[in-house]
Amino acid sequence: MSTISRDEVARVAALARIDLRDDEVDRLAGELDVIVDSIARVREVATPDVPATSHPLPLTNVFREDVPAPALPVADVLAGAPDAQDGRFAVPQILGEE
Amino acid sequence: MSITTPALVAYDDAVRRYDPVIGIEVHVELGTRTKMFCAAEQSFGAEPNTQTTPVSLGLPGALPVVNGTAVEYAIRIGLALNCQIAESCRFARKNYFYPDVPKNFQTSQYDEPIAFDGWLDVELEDGTVHRVEIERAHMEEDAGKNTHVGGSAGRIHGAEYSLVDYNRAGVPLVEIVTRPITGAGERAPEVARAYVQALRDIFRVLDVSEARMERGNVRADVNLSLRATPESPLGTRTETKNVNSFRSVERAVRYEVSRQAAILDAGETVIQETRHFHEEDGSTSPGRVKSDAEDYRYFPEPDLVPVAPSREWVEEIRATLPELPQARRRRLHDEWGFADAEMRDVVNAGALDLIEATVAAGATPAAARKWWMGELARRAKQEEAELADLAITPAQIGELQQLVDSGRINDKIARQVLDGVLAGEGGPEEVVVARGLEVVSDDGPLLEAIDAALAAQPDIVEKVRGGNQGPVGAIIGAVMKATKGQADAKRVRELVLERIG
Amino acid sequence: MTDLTRLSAAELAATLAAGEASSVEATRAHLDRIAAVDGDVHAFLHVNDEDALATAADVDARRAAGEELHPLAGVPIAVKDVVVTQGMPSTAGSKILEGWIPPYDATLVERIRAAGLPILGKTNMDEFAMGSSTEHSAYGNTHNPWDLDRIPGGSGGGSAAAVAAFEAPLAIGTDTGGSIRQPGAVTGTVGVKPTYGGVSRYGLIAMASSLDQAGPVTRTVLDSALLHELIGGHDPRDSTSIPEPLPPLVEAARQGALGDLSGLRVGVVTQLQGEGYQPGVLARFHESLELLTKAGAEVVEVSCPSFDYALAAYYLIMPAEASSNLAKFDGMRFGLRVEPTDGPVTAERVMAATRGAGFGDEVKRRVVLGTYALSAGYYDAYYGSAQKVRTLIQRDFAAAFAKTDVLVSPTAPTTAFPLGEKLDDPLAMYLNDVATIPANLAGVPGISVPNGLSDDGLPVGFQILAPAKADDRLYRVGAALESALESTWGAPLLSRAPEL
Repeated sequence: MSTISRDEVARVAALARIDLRDDEVDRLAGELDVIVDSIARVREVATPDVPATSHPLPLTNVFREDVPAPALPVADVLAGAPDAQDGRFAVPQILGEE
Repeated sequence: MSITTPALVAYDDAVRRYDPVIGIEVHVELGTRTKMFCAAEQSFGAEPNTQTTPVSLGLPGALPVVNGTAVEYAIRIGLALNCQIAESCRFARKNYFYPDVPKNFQTSQYDEPIAFDGWLDVELEDGTVHRVEIERAHMEEDAGKNTHVGGSAGRIHGAEYSLVDYNRAGVPLVEIVTRPITGAGERAPEVARAYVQALRDIFRVLDVSEARMERGNVRADVNLSLRATPESPLGTRTETKNVNSFRSVERAVRYEVSRQAAILDAGETVIQETRHFHEEDGSTSPGRVKSDAEDYRYFPEPDLVPVAPSREWVEEIRATLPELPQARRRRLHDEWGFADAEMRDVVNAGALDLIEATVAAGATPAAARKWWMGELARRAKQEEAELADLAITPAQIGELQQLVDSGRINDKIARQVLDGVLAGEGGPEEVVVARGLEVVSDDGPLLEAIDAALAAQPDIVEKVRGGNQGPVGAIIGAVMKATKGQADAKRVRELVLERIG
Repeated sequence: MTDLTRLSAAELAATLAAGEASSVEATRAHLDRIAAVDGDVHAFLHVNDEDALATAADVDARRAAGEELHPLAGVPIAVKDVVVTQGMPSTAGSKILEGWIPPYDATLVERIRAAGLPILGKTNMDEFAMGSSTEHSAYGNTHNPWDLDRIPGGSGGGSAAAVAAFEAPLAIGTDTGGSIRQPGAVTGTVGVKPTYGGVSRYGLIAMASSLDQAGPVTRTVLDSALLHELIGGHDPRDSTSIPEPLPPLVEAARQGALGDLSGLRVGVVTQLQGEGYQPGVLARFHESLELLTKAGAEVVEVSCPSFDYALAAYYLIMPAEASSNLAKFDGMRFGLRVEPTDGPVTAERVMAATRGAGFGDEVKRRVVLGTYALSAGYYDAYYGSAQKVRTLIQRDFAAAFAKTDVLVSPTAPTTAFPLGEKLDDPLAMYLNDVATIPANLAGVPGISVPNGLSDDGLPVGFQILAPAKADDRLYRVGAALESALESTWGAPLLSRAPEL
């Protein structure tokens, strides 16, 4: 029995910008239970007194000097673009733009 | 569903019945040479997509590395705003899909800003000081620029599409967020404007940004809510995005006060939303409602390590902070000895720098103020220009004043010299020579004019001889008239009295 | 004449240095081998023949001119397709990157090119390195050279199979949860996951940034050390790169091969054996422990109780980071663009259509899962809690390494399973990584050394883990075990693989 509903999968897929077919939504609704199981497991030991580790190695203050390096040539920049015009990337209409 | 907005309530009415609370988020683009996370150069006006690297294009495999100078600038801003500087803080990813955000997440800071808990005293035009509390200042990166290409105008006939330039993507930003600004009452719009203006001045003095509003170096989002009384809980707020001039900040607040008051008067509720500001008429309108707008799925950026500024570094930066605008104003006020009202006028006219530079060029503060706040202010007004935009420099005003002080020209001639300088005829000295405006110092022609004047008014000559020097002015006036103002009035007086005996 | 494809990289390098063969000959021999067997193995997605031969010719010329060359100069190499290579396709096994030619090189590729190693091509992998069988590649399965009906492991099945099938003496892999070590184990090859930060990630198409690490895939421990020294070391373009120099790895491998492990303390991790492990896998494991004891090592058992939570933590952290890392694949700037079949063509809808069409099932599964784990209200409970488990695992490692010099376990619980067997059962698939994941969560280095065949006649691997930045220990112990095993067998394990 799935604990994550189809609606929830559809909501998350929209957030992740992935079109899913109905059968994919069905399948994922079942498979996403792994995350619910994982969290139940993790919670057994992830108590408030344990600090979180975001980076495997404790480095700090890794900075770059503010010195320019050559840019990519525009031809290279746009070579992989699905569509380009006037030195810029051409993309479909963006909703909310004027 | 359509919601009709009731007619606006007059501003004065609205603030009589409601207490406005503002909150301002200011983004400033830092003037570093390179971007926040890569070594692409950043400069205004470059050809599209000529300032990118795999990092700022968000290409697969590229990784960010923090620009140390940008961190230093962020700390400078934090210290100037009286903030605490974090012992350790992290970058976080703000995830949202948008074509001008190359990675589809913005690298920002979330719950660990580099600076927090500060304040800034802002001074209104009448000298009232309002303290604005700063919640946080954090580092992040700018997005690219979309240009909408409409229907028939575009290459793809009839299609609506956009062109994206990523030169701006990755430019370092610091975002400064206030706590709710309360207690401003009817002056909320002025406080909002003065705050943004004060920040702009600080960015410039700190030399962390060119801070040019018209180029979008400094952008403000203005939050506003109304409540019945200062004791009531905070009302629902709206956020008006990208308000990009001081005047617009003031207008946006005024408009939202009037609009929200109308909604509340009608017994309806204000919708929490983002709104757009319209320069043409000063109004705001709702932005597009995005279903996932608030779900940014922040998490610590795993590709970057924490920033932990040592206390030594922070103190080093603090020690090299320049004098801040408000402190400088206070110091100059004392040094120049202007009256409070005079000083305020100088500041409000944007003449502080000009007068300081003019004084540095040798003029007395009073003389410098007289020029900039008098004749030059009048001309700026005529031309609808800013003082600083007039075609004359403080050094030239200093030179002009020296010409007057040395007696080579008088005040009246000085105005003609100004005309010449402003007309592009050269510096004051050049104009004096070219236009032959030098005070007539050769006594020969003067004496001729004096003798003529004395002969024309024998009665006055008699009175003066009798010991009454009062009417001598009439003789001097006649001489000045005869010499078209080019004579030195003081010398004329001496010669007239000499002649009369 | 010697079959140049049968030599180890070190042997081939010596052959080239001695002038007994040219790099062009060596490169051509490998390209010929690829042409002969890759139709069956399908280890390569792209064969870079012309460019590889040009590099080889250049190295030969420089050698002839008496130039001082890198020890591996002229030795051909294969690179996993998740690593970007300028001018060469780099798809990461995904349709969404089909046809994309990167305009830049990964740092490790720059180093490979600078050292004069001809790049034979790009190897197959699970899409975006998500998988343990290479069955999730958008470009077809790779087959295990030991049994073409079985998986070569994953995600780096292509690199492991290429090396096992003598198509390349060296390959680059990446390891987020075991993607170098597990394929190594099931193909009878050596695979190393260096300390996190030990090899630059610049130019690796990221899956989970805090876990990903590139490393060597080879047939011998010494070859891995040679390659590791070439690609490793500080890179200012990767903020998580370790600033200190690498420990001497090749020296450690050569010393280990002498076979003396006196004074070495080896910890057997209680949690990484027993239930779920094939009997044959465990049998080989215990035989190897005996060999280590014979070499002078002291073997003790250590308990790392938090390792039982590693898989759960991994399946929260990995998808969360991946969901964000993969957001950039949206059809706007590079790669595939797909328009929706109906309705308005807006950027938002094109992004969703592109990602729906361009991503395979496993990628969609992990992106949706990760998005869910990070979405409003869940972050602390999911990602945040998993990061706490990471702390606990690091503490377990620290405690274990206080008592031992290295920790050991079987690399994978089973030998290679038949193609298709676990494809529809993600949980069973995930269990392959149970022994390898703790090292990724803690950032410590690990190696898999082939240590025999299970009862089914398929290879198994022996995993050695060392403290962070002590990668040299992997090579010392790995080389000692390798030499002890080979003296038992009388020949390298791969000589027992069936002819292709």
